[in-house]
Amino acid sequence: MSNLLSIVTFLPAIAALILAIFLRGEDEAGQRNAKWVALIATTLTFLVSLFILFDFNAADTGFQFVEEREWLMGLKYKMGVDGISVLFVMLTTFMMPLTIAASWNVNTRVKEYMIAFLLLETLMLGVFMALDLVLFYLFFEAGLIPMFLIIGIWGGANRIYASFKFFLYTFFGSVLMLVAMVAMFADAGTTDIPTLMAHQFASESFSILGVQVIGGMQTLMFLAFFASFAVKMPMWPVHTWLPDAHVQAPTAGSVVLAAILLKMGGYGFLRFSLPMFPVGADVLTPLVFWLSAIAIVYTSLVALVQEDMKKLIAYSSVAHMGYVTMGIFTMNQQGVDGAIFQMISHGFISGALFLCVGVIYDRMHTRDIDAYGGLVTRMPVYAMLFMLFTMANVGLPGTSGFVGEFLVLMGIFQVNTWVALFATSGVILSAAYALYLYRRVVMGDLIKESLKAITDMTAREKWIFAPLVVMTLLLGVYPSLVTDVIGPSVGALIADHNTALAAADRLGDAQVAAASH
Amino acid sequence: MSADLNTILPEILLAIYAMLALLGAVYTGKDKMAPALTWLTAGVMALLALWIAFTGQGTTPAFGGMFVDDAFSRFAKVTLLISGAVVLVMGQEYMERRGILRFEYPVLVALSAVGMMVMVSAGDLMALYMGLELQSLALYVVASLRRDSVRSTEAGLKYFVLGALSSGMLLYGASLVYGFSGTTLFSGIIAATGDGQAPLGLLFGVVFMLAGLAFKVSAVPFHMWTPDVYEGAPTPITAFFATAPKVAAMGMFARVMYDAFGGIIGDWQQIVALLSVLSMFLGAIAAIGQTNIKRLMAYSSIAHMGYALIGLAAGTQLGVGAMLTYLAIYVTMNVGTFAFILSMQRDGEPVTDIASLNLYAKSEPAKALAMLVLLFSLAGVPPMLGFFAKLGVWQAGVDAGLIWLVVLSAVASAIGAYYYLRIVFFMYFGTEGTQMDSDRSPVLWVLLMGSAAVMILGVINLFGIDGVAQAAAASLVN
Repeated sequence: MSNLLSIVTFLPAIAALILAIFLRGEDEAGQRNAKWVALIATTLTFLVSLFILFDFNAADTGFQFVEEREWLMGLKYKMGVDGISVLFVMLTTFMMPLTIAASWNVNTRVKEYMIAFLLLETLMLGVFMALDLVLFYLFFEAGLIPMFLIIGIWGGANRIYASFKFFLYTFFGSVLMLVAMVAMFADAGTTDIPTLMAHQFASESFSILGVQVIGGMQTLMFLAFFASFAVKMPMWPVHTWLPDAHVQAPTAGSVVLAAILLKMGGYGFLRFSLPMFPVGADVLTPLVFWLSAIAIVYTSLVALVQEDMKKLIAYSSVAHMGYVTMGIFTMNQQGVDGAIFQMISHGFISGALFLCVGVIYDRMHTRDIDAYGGLVTRMPVYAMLFMLFTMANVGLPGTSGFVGEFLVLMGIFQVNTWVALFATSGVILSAAYALYLYRRVVMGDLIKESLKAITDMTAREKWIFAPLVVMTLLLGVYPSLVTDVIGPSVGALIADHNTALAAADRLGDAQVAAASH
Repeated sequence: MSADLNTILPEILLAIYAMLALLGAVYTGKDKMAPALTWLTAGVMALLALWIAFTGQGTTPAFGGMFVDDAFSRFAKVTLLISGAVVLVMGQEYMERRGILRFEYPVLVALSAVGMMVMVSAGDLMALYMGLELQSLALYVVASLRRDSVRSTEAGLKYFVLGALSSGMLLYGASLVYGFSGTTLFSGIIAATGDGQAPLGLLFGVVFMLAGLAFKVSAVPFHMWTPDVYEGAPTPITAFFATAPKVAAMGMFARVMYDAFGGIIGDWQQIVALLSVLSMFLGAIAAIGQTNIKRLMAYSSIAHMGYALIGLAAGTQLGVGAMLTYLAIYVTMNVGTFAFILSMQRDGEPVTDIASLNLYAKSEPAKALAMLVLLFSLAGVPPMLGFFAKLGVWQAGVDAGLIWLVVLSAVASAIGAYYYLRIVFFMYFGTEGTQMDSDRSPVLWVLLMGSAAVMILGVINLFGIDGVAQAAAASLVN
């Protein structure tokens, strides 16, 4: 199959189209049909995407399954995956059936809801597979539309503010990236990503309005891309849209947001910022490190005082994404491996945590931590699952959360000990807020009158969690499942990066500077 | 001589048609003829567009260079004729229902179309002015078509007074240009500035002409008339203002700047860039507070003209091509949007308040979805065509080294996204309120769905329009 990637990408969109055209009626039967069509389509997409994983050759660091067609305005429709992107594709196809299954209780405008999620899946997959700048941008940006609608239509009380903030924040970041993309096209004469990765953009310093820009063109382009990816990631201080969006989005929306959409930022850094603007990245690495360290410490502290469960987990996501950005910019094998590992594992863990919140929200219709307490007596299975994912979030050895954080910290320690020191304190802080949350919600006596009749998880809910439990533990004890796939590509990325830096004489400068200290 | 007449045949035919239609309607049923006449005029304009599109070839100057038929003018003519025809058809039912469909309406539109065709084909300052005035006078009358409405007459009067002022400025500029170059022929003017040096008086003339042209495309700071005229004129006429005249005015703008002043691009480039920046920002910011969808669309059109002007400011063939593509896509989006606005009514009365769209998506899911597509396209969000329109002009801008302009326009487009989202907000997230009538006009429905479908399906290959636009640009810039 020479167009496997296109099939996987557009399968959900075709299902959405079928839903839009053929499904009529908002009655019970119509709703059930919409749900089943969506579930079958996403499951089918996952099954087909397994072919990608099985046929993927990890030793090959180039792009595989490449498809290329002429498009418009001199652009190309080009898709492909390499070791860095293939697991994100798998993460997306893996998570989507679960999010659809988690939405079984939605009963307003179900057809539109399912269409929005199916389209979102197509767009997310496209982001990870696109090998043309504009095609990437198209998928990246178009994903805002369904997410905007998901938050705005099916969200909580303050959904309108959250959806506008989400859209405008990300849109603003992205248009700056688009300008840089246009400039890249003008400079290199192509929008082909593999070609651009090999292209050397000018890095001679110049001054604008009297301000000296070290790294020249590359730094400016890096900043333009940074504006987009940092918002998407999200990095401190442009993270404020995330808690709002998470809190207001419906459960499934939060899951997709945390598990997949945030990863686009990290993927973008790996695909664009580092290979295409090595000098710019090198100049701004200290900035990224410190922003990440601040994010880890600051948002962990903020998480500690939250009253809303989703908000707490949202801030914890920002902290964990701090590890990711830090790991990516260490530019050594452990750091980058760890960052990707952390992204994959965070996809499972944070997705599961939002689902955990969803389980009790469906029963009590509140996310206030104070409204709960002592759930363990009535919901033993839930207590156990919540415990597992809390521990995974903290980074307990044996869960996937540990591997990612440990690799990143190892990577950063080799590069910058001070940043490593601050970042490591985040591990303790995350244990503090996560256990504090767990204690308040699950432990203690069941004294609240309203909770007396709460029921434990249904079979459907248990089945949704089962794959997540398996993945969290499996990756925790056998991390080479991931690192074997990403390792060679990451190695190539780092080697290319160092070669490019050497060519631009930056590495030499850095070493001279280090020696003189 | 007959070859000259041959070149200008489409214009002559349309003019003769308009006059015959006028005579015919006066001597027969007058306003009773109006609906049929509207359709007939639309048909004639569409046929002419097809004829121009399929038979036009090469570059043919006529009347000693006063009139030029080239790929550029043909692109503009086809766009403006088709959009004019579509808008005529679109408004017919609306105007008939409200008793304002007079037989003069299609005739005046046809006459203004003749003016527009001359504008984009002009090879001489006098031909240019003639076309411009023919177009403008027809539009002034059309704006105040609803004689018994204070708003409509006010709109017409405002448009007339300010339009006359701008025509005066343009004419004054033209006289300066004539005085310092010794000719009104574009080819003569460009020869007079052949060394890249223009006398100061000629530059003065260029600036005055720019002011007049900027008024016609409603670029800031010459935009003041736009919101009032858009709001005051009957909606079908607003729809017309937002489409064909914009194409014609931008076409004329490009024509003058390249054919006459192409030798001194450096002298006018910055002015156009400034007009562009101001338009984009004013359009984006002033629209935020609007509650009337017609006023909002007026500011939106100001902003869009700003983006299109980036292509002009680039001063390259790529830029002109991008501008033409932008215009074609912009016109298509506007046709769909105005088809939607025309269908907005409650108890048979038109409503233009955005808040009345409350939860429209629930009662009319298909139309709301189409409007959603159009709004995101207007905001420039991919995969809709509006995005490729912006991408094109940005590419041209960066290519010409105007990165600052492109960065500013990116900022403006992020600000501008807000007010389009606000309409989506009312349609999809609003609270239940009094619903609007469900309009079942098949023409409006087809146009709305059609233009939304074009916005989505265009992602496949832009319908090849970018290639045609670049070829058209090549005939202008050389």
